[in-house]
Amino acid sequence: MSKKYGFYICSGCGIGEALDVKKLAEDILEEEGHGNIKFHNAFCSPEGVALIQKDVADGVNAVCVAACSRRVLTDVFNFPGAQVDRVNLREQVVWSHPKAEEGAEINPLQLMAQDYLRMSMVKLEKIKVPEPFKLEILSRKILVIGGGVTGMTAALDAADTGYEVTIVEKADKLGGWAASVRKQLPLVYPYRETVSPIVDDKIRQVRSHPKITVKTGTMVARIAGQPGEFTVTLKKPGDKIEFDVPYPLPPEMKVDENGKELDNDGLAVKYKEYNEGRADILTLDPAGEMFGAVILAAGWRPYQPAEGEFKHLGLGESPDVVTNAEFEKMAAAGPVIRPSDGKPAKRVVFVQSPGAGDDSDFPYASSVTSLVALKQAKYVREDYGDGKAYIIYQHMRTPGLTENFYEAVQQDPGIFLTKGDVAAVKKEGDSLLVEADNTLLGAAVKIKADLVVLAMGMVPVTQDDPVVNLAYRQGPGFRDIGLFDNYVDSNFICFPYETQRTGVYAAGAIRRSMTMEESMEDATGAALKAIQCLESVNRGVAVHPRSGDMTFPDFFFQRCTQCKRCTEECPFGALDDDAKGTPKPNPTRCRRCGTCMGACPERIINFADYSVDSVGSMVKSIGVPTEDDYDDPPLRILVLVCENDAYPAIDMAGLNRLQYSADVRFVPVRCLGSVNVIWIKDALSIGIDGAMLLGCKHGDDYQCHFVKGSELASVRMQKIGEALSSLALEPERVTQQEIAIDEYWKLPTVINEFVEMVEALGPNPFKGF
Amino acid sequence: MTDNNAAPKGRIMVVGGGISGLTTALEAAEAGYEVTIVEKLPSLGGRVAQLKQYFPKLCPPTCGLEINYRRIKDNPRIQVLTMAKVNKVDGGPGAYDVEITVSPRYVNEKCTCCGDCTKAVTTEIENSYNFGMNKAKAAYLPHEMAFPQRFVISPKIIGTEDANRAKDACKYGAVDLAMQPQKVNLPVGAIVWATGWEPYDARRIDNLGFGQYDNIITNMMMERMAAKNGPTEGKIVKPSNGQAPKSVAFVQCAGSRDQNHLPYCSYICCMASLKQSTYIREQYPDAKIYIFYIDLRAPGNRYEKFYKKIKEDPNTFFIKGKVAEVSETPSGEITVVAENAVTGEKIRQDVDLVVLATGMQPSASIERLPADLVFTEEGFIVNDYAKGGMFAAGCAAKPADVVSSNQNATGMALKAIQTLVKS
Repeated sequence: MSKKYGFYICSGCGIGEALDVKKLAEDILEEEGHGNIKFHNAFCSPEGVALIQKDVADGVNAVCVAACSRRVLTDVFNFPGAQVDRVNLREQVVWSHPKAEEGAEINPLQLMAQDYLRMSMVKLEKIKVPEPFKLEILSRKILVIGGGVTGMTAALDAADTGYEVTIVEKADKLGGWAASVRKQLPLVYPYRETVSPIVDDKIRQVRSHPKITVKTGTMVARIAGQPGEFTVTLKKPGDKIEFDVPYPLPPEMKVDENGKELDNDGLAVKYKEYNEGRADILTLDPAGEMFGAVILAAGWRPYQPAEGEFKHLGLGESPDVVTNAEFEKMAAAGPVIRPSDGKPAKRVVFVQSPGAGDDSDFPYASSVTSLVALKQAKYVREDYGDGKAYIIYQHMRTPGLTENFYEAVQQDPGIFLTKGDVAAVKKEGDSLLVEADNTLLGAAVKIKADLVVLAMGMVPVTQDDPVVNLAYRQGPGFRDIGLFDNYVDSNFICFPYETQRTGVYAAGAIRRSMTMEESMEDATGAALKAIQCLESVNRGVAVHPRSGDMTFPDFFFQRCTQCKRCTEECPFGALDDDAKGTPKPNPTRCRRCGTCMGACPERIINFADYSVDSVGSMVKSIGVPTEDDYDDPPLRILVLVCENDAYPAIDMAGLNRLQYSADVRFVPVRCLGSVNVIWIKDALSIGIDGAMLLGCKHGDDYQCHFVKGSELASVRMQKIGEALSSLALEPERVTQQEIAIDEYWKLPTVINEFVEMVEALGPNPFKGF
Repeated sequence: MTDNNAAPKGRIMVVGGGISGLTTALEAAEAGYEVTIVEKLPSLGGRVAQLKQYFPKLCPPTCGLEINYRRIKDNPRIQVLTMAKVNKVDGGPGAYDVEITVSPRYVNEKCTCCGDCTKAVTTEIENSYNFGMNKAKAAYLPHEMAFPQRFVISPKIIGTEDANRAKDACKYGAVDLAMQPQKVNLPVGAIVWATGWEPYDARRIDNLGFGQYDNIITNMMMERMAAKNGPTEGKIVKPSNGQAPKSVAFVQCAGSRDQNHLPYCSYICCMASLKQSTYIREQYPDAKIYIFYIDLRAPGNRYEKFYKKIKEDPNTFFIKGKVAEVSETPSGEITVVAENAVTGEKIRQDVDLVVLATGMQPSASIERLPADLVFTEEGFIVNDYAKGGMFAAGCAAKPADVVSSNQNATGMALKAIQTLVKS
């Protein structure tokens, strides 16, 4: 389809006062042969919009609105059938720079506006209309891994919305942990009373639901493919089968005996050896079952103390010192007794923290361990009229409305609650003696006990095993869960379901210590996310954070050199390479960040409306003044700006009329991870004096919406520094700076300091060549 | 394989455009459903838009809001009504008739956000975004990240010369002083109430001196004070004289876990104070920080790790004890009196600034919602899943942190969808 351009230059909001818009059109657009240029003092007004609409109706399909930021008035400047680019003359040009002096040799604002207009011109020329990726056959079935209360709730919620669900449960019956408790924590307001387990009722609902299939004694051998068309192989626990998931080679196996990196053929041989008897991930199980999305609700296991751990508390020393999980089992079986002699356990001490001067709870403890102690203390009282329960805690953690339960338990005269530092649990005769310091009952107290219960935490099962067994080249589990103590959690506070594996949503205690009530709530959310992913795949659009994006990476394979960088660097594991190293894209796993595009040294990965060429051409369209133009030509600095955080920060700097150097030129990018180093090389080769990447924070508390983008960019920038040195250019000419969205006030300093630094280095020697 | 390509029927109304409401609305819309957000203030964002940072990542809430706003802009299935209030809800699950009143903003969609009206007016009003710690012009943008990005004219100046000055200053014809309240009737299939919370009114806690002494502020005021776009441009100071505090006390459970005020735990205040101690530390490396608490509720690995990090600070002191009273010394310091719960001794600590960790009061308890809902004694909405149709999300249902609110809000999107599917 040929392009018909329309350029609409606004003079409102101060633009017309600071810029000569007519001259802008003459110098840039008419020079390039563009004739359809319109002016208005407020293109966002009904009259202004009508002008554009009329043109679009007459066939204009490439619209450039040179006015305000693309973040504002998006609904106004939306013209179905046309691609729209916005030139930010307002926030980035006239609001952030003083008007040029009359008669000055250089008008920095006009030059800046010229550059931005030129960029838009080439961008509109280079980009294509995206066509959504559609799967040939879409499966709307949802796989739920784990048949506990979380998994069953997720299954019921998805099924009640009209979706087919299969639950796979490793054990031979449904129910999980919830099936082994005597009582549950309160589930409904006023949250004061424990309730009988609801698990049987859930099982009944699941069993009778026409849309739910239950497979007990079953686990996932592998999940291959992508959202909308996962091919799943199930098996019996313990079986070894051809479609067990293969594992990536550990680093030490990727080198030969001399420590030299193996080539792709060598790696393929090693990989086969390492995964002997298992089919490669790209071999689809012909007997596999198709699913569209996965809910991971495999739950938790009690923390297993190491040999000798908590010896000071008598664990392993006396059979009458047990964990809370063991106590629950005992209580579910009948009145609580002492394991040592079977006598009634009438005096039970619940220890919430290992003590010894530290106020931390046991590993993997949480508010659940506090609440469970309260619940279990009630068991002692239920079993024996003269029973006594003591809870020694550092912090009673009953947040929110669970405080009501704490308050209710406090009313029981047979339950004693105290803060305290437990120093030791010792044997005394046939019972135990708990010694605690700094309690509310006194400085050093000794409590005689029949039984001592330690409040061990809940360890996510992903600590031991990936469970999902994804047949992905990057490996079978979720990456980087080490950051989250092996919980399959999201690092995002705002987006708790977003993980690095599209279409796989975790729920319940596998991602954070949760009560059953919280787990069930969480399950409903995960069910929504699974459904939403399926429906997004069906529409051919991306899921969070680029929800609705119809573009996806397109590979020009003829020029692929099998370097594997794209496969390795994709934060979402969207690519699986074959034995030769050629990537196989899985578009519905893709989140459209462009990290692959940034990684590719051959520049063969591109999106319809965002490509190495489109951005590169924008960079190359920046006018670089030389001594032929001016006696003292101004510097030019390229700033590649993350559109998620840094770009809005620049807008807010504009809104606050903060001023910074007019030598910079901003080019927005989807994520710093998508920055291809060729753009920087292009910039420096045309004489641009310095380049900055402006994006978000990386590290453990990363803010990158694509997890790894800003981190990968920083690694690549270190490498480019080395390349610059070889060109006799100072590596300081290229930098990466972090700016959070609310740090707009730092922007002038960040920009101006860099500009001054480059100024001190002197102009780029390649200028003018 | 099912083929349910048919267009979903019915609309979901989400009341409240804070983080929970936004989440419910977006998650439902991105699953393919039509949604209307009804927000009472001129901008979406709610309570989190007033926070400097989230715990435990210490990241700005505007980062997530920006993505959410972009999701709204890109999604034609979402309708946003600001300055809007639900008057009446008739009907039942699957078929509700809702009547909404939209208050006049006095600025129409022609607003370009140029700011000329602000320059033109002279009247100043209390800035509620900053809890009254400073003034704002009567023609204003609620804040930089306001969405929609459109100015507002305070009804206080309507009918005055100032209003005319705003009108005359606008080159775009965006100031419409004749704007009237509008009634909107909306048929919807399901409703999610994400009406959120209000900071508990600290004036009601007689013994803690708020409103009596200048140098006692609330935790939400601290958020605004520490924020660069706040009343002090981010500088944490003593309100009495604008000077730097050398010592700060945090009073936990100010009104929470107290039968005379809020009997429940407000969930977030412990973590919020730990977080705010980092705001202070960033500006004042030597300031002494005292945290008076009953239980430090930092549950789970992620929060416990954060608490551990704060404990490493040698000038941050944790005192287990509920603050009983406060008073002012002749030199203007605040004396905090508490009983150490462990040793029983009375502690008196003089500090320059006191931060009351006030809790959450459900908004629905302050102004009852015009719908057939069941409330707890404290005003939280009790979800009745068996009945369906209407659900509460986030802090309208119970006190919660942002992560839990968003999980909950995502789930409530599905509950609302189920109502549409079933009806």
